[in-house]
Amino acid sequence: MKPENEPEDFFDKPQNVKLILRVFYVLSALLVIMDFIFERHPHDPHPWEMVPGFYALYGFVACVTLVLIATQMRKLLMRDENYYDADKTDDGEFPREIKGDQHAH
Amino acid sequence: MPTNLPPFLIFYIAALLVLLVKGKLRTVLLIAAPILSFASLFLLDHGYTSQLEFFGYSLTPVRVDELSMLFGYLFHIAGFIAIVFSLHVKDTGQHVAGLSYAGSAIGAVFAGDLITLFVFWELLAITSVYLIWARGTERAIAAGLRYLIIQVGSGVLLLAGTVLHVQQTGSIEFNFIGMEGGLSSWLILLAFGIKSAFPFFHNWLTDAYPEATPTGTVFLSAMTTKVAVCMLARGFPGTEMLIYVGCAMAVFPIFFAVIENDLRRVLAYSMINQIGFMVVGVGIGTDLAVNGAVAHAFNDVIFKGLLMMTMGAVLHQTGKINGSELGGLYKSMPYTTILCIVGAASISAFPLFSGFVSKAMVMSALLHEGYNVVWLFMLFSAAGVFHHAGIKIPFFAFFAHDSGIRVSKPPINMLIAMSIAAALCIGIGCFPSVLYGLLPRGDVDYHPYDYTHIVTQLQLLFFSAGAFVWLNLNGLYPPELRSTNLDVEWIYRKAIPWLVGGAGTAFAFVDNGVRRGCLAMLFGIGDRLKKAFGEKGVMGGTWSTSVMAFWTAILLGVFLMLYYF
Repeated sequence: MKPENEPEDFFDKPQNVKLILRVFYVLSALLVIMDFIFERHPHDPHPWEMVPGFYALYGFVACVTLVLIATQMRKLLMRDENYYDADKTDDGEFPREIKGDQHAH
Repeated sequence: MPTNLPPFLIFYIAALLVLLVKGKLRTVLLIAAPILSFASLFLLDHGYTSQLEFFGYSLTPVRVDELSMLFGYLFHIAGFIAIVFSLHVKDTGQHVAGLSYAGSAIGAVFAGDLITLFVFWELLAITSVYLIWARGTERAIAAGLRYLIIQVGSGVLLLAGTVLHVQQTGSIEFNFIGMEGGLSSWLILLAFGIKSAFPFFHNWLTDAYPEATPTGTVFLSAMTTKVAVCMLARGFPGTEMLIYVGCAMAVFPIFFAVIENDLRRVLAYSMINQIGFMVVGVGIGTDLAVNGAVAHAFNDVIFKGLLMMTMGAVLHQTGKINGSELGGLYKSMPYTTILCIVGAASISAFPLFSGFVSKAMVMSALLHEGYNVVWLFMLFSAAGVFHHAGIKIPFFAFFAHDSGIRVSKPPINMLIAMSIAAALCIGIGCFPSVLYGLLPRGDVDYHPYDYTHIVTQLQLLFFSAGAFVWLNLNGLYPPELRSTNLDVEWIYRKAIPWLVGGAGTAFAFVDNGVRRGCLAMLFGIGDRLKKAFGEKGVMGGTWSTSVMAFWTAILLGVFLMLYYF
């Protein structure tokens, strides 16, 4: 929460964040378009590498996969913050459901 | 006038002198020690070795070659930065620990034989543990103890491996070891593996480093694991198994890093990921790969140090380090924010930053040797690094939702230390030839700045960032939660204590039962005896004359019959 009396700065304004994101989308698109215009010359190409936009696709899919798997891992691995300190009570031995009310701020 | 001082000596002397001086003089001493030592290292003759007789073995406490010099320079730079970062600390113990820890790391990389290595190996553990304990919390004390046990244990394995190795080869020299030695090789590899956080042996790192003091972690993150990488590069280059070990190290920690809340623990997981790249490079074993591994170790020490410093500064200023409690700090810590972004760009291997010029050497070597599948996994983890270390760290600490925390600027020495590290990140990124010139496997025929490399890397990074944006806008990004995530450490922090506790309870139960049973039996016998020999008992009471006469007659009758037959 921002203190009331503080003036809004650059990142507080949603339109600025939107602007940054737009610039980011345009740059991303340009990077892929370049693949169709210029030829890449890797030294020892991976069989899949020469597909235009391979790196872009791979990066996106990799990160989405990473996050979705990690989120699922929480169901199995997440315990209370003081799990190891809570003195030798047996609770938490079983996978705990992630409670709906525990989301971000 | 080359004096050839042992390169660790000045650090050890300074560690002793720090005990004697205070105030400004101490500051001068702390800054002068690494600078003087660096100058002395620079003057060291190339190819110089010192010999020492010890119980019939000739020790080589100092061996100067390309590999040891590179790590020697590295630990001097890292030590200097960490010392500057901790100048404001009043705790004498931490300064002594920091200096002697850096000295031990330098001693270890210059060790020319396995016995000297063992000595510095254990000194690394003993000198550094105070940096964890100095935090003073109960968690830190316990984590430090676990750290010490595991580190010393790794030294014991090294010693056992050394003894076997000497029996087999008759030599204590430390050069290429390889896997031909059987058990001795395995023991030594395991010792190195524990210190370099191989999978299943990695939790000491994620357990202890985040519990250390804000400044202590900066020392810790620079030294121990990189000493181990240096030892792997010397003893086990070309051991193919290491490619797969390294690949696992690069991949699995990023999942933990995504869901971890303590931002220094995120960095600890990301450190294992980066060491994975180095281990893969060592495993490939070609000149390009080993050079890449070593170059990446060099860069990693500096950019990971920078990231640890920025998080240390956040912890020092706010007293908090959980992603769930931070956010919006760019308003009150603008310089730290920018420096953190430089570190993030370096670890993510953005062009013009240091990670770009070293990580790609390992990646190229993989493809050159035909490890296409491993390459795909490593590319996955390279994208994942950007995700958790490049975006998550700066985003949740300095941006995200505004936590309302407003703090003053960190101490000036912290800002200077972070700026030096950031300058090195950009300097090496822009002028990689300086670093390439120092690498152990000779001249590097590698040119990071060509069109293909730049564009492919930018695609990878932009679309990784795109995934972050997309997941966030769709509410799919896992929120930062106050939590503990189970890892291998669960076995020794929960299961074994539980089993030992359970076994204890079971034993106590059986023991109790047996004792009670025996006692009951003894008391029972006692009672019967008491009854029998008591006043009214059969044996104790007075018998009448007729009864006596009757029993005597019977006895005589029986006697007569026996006699008769």
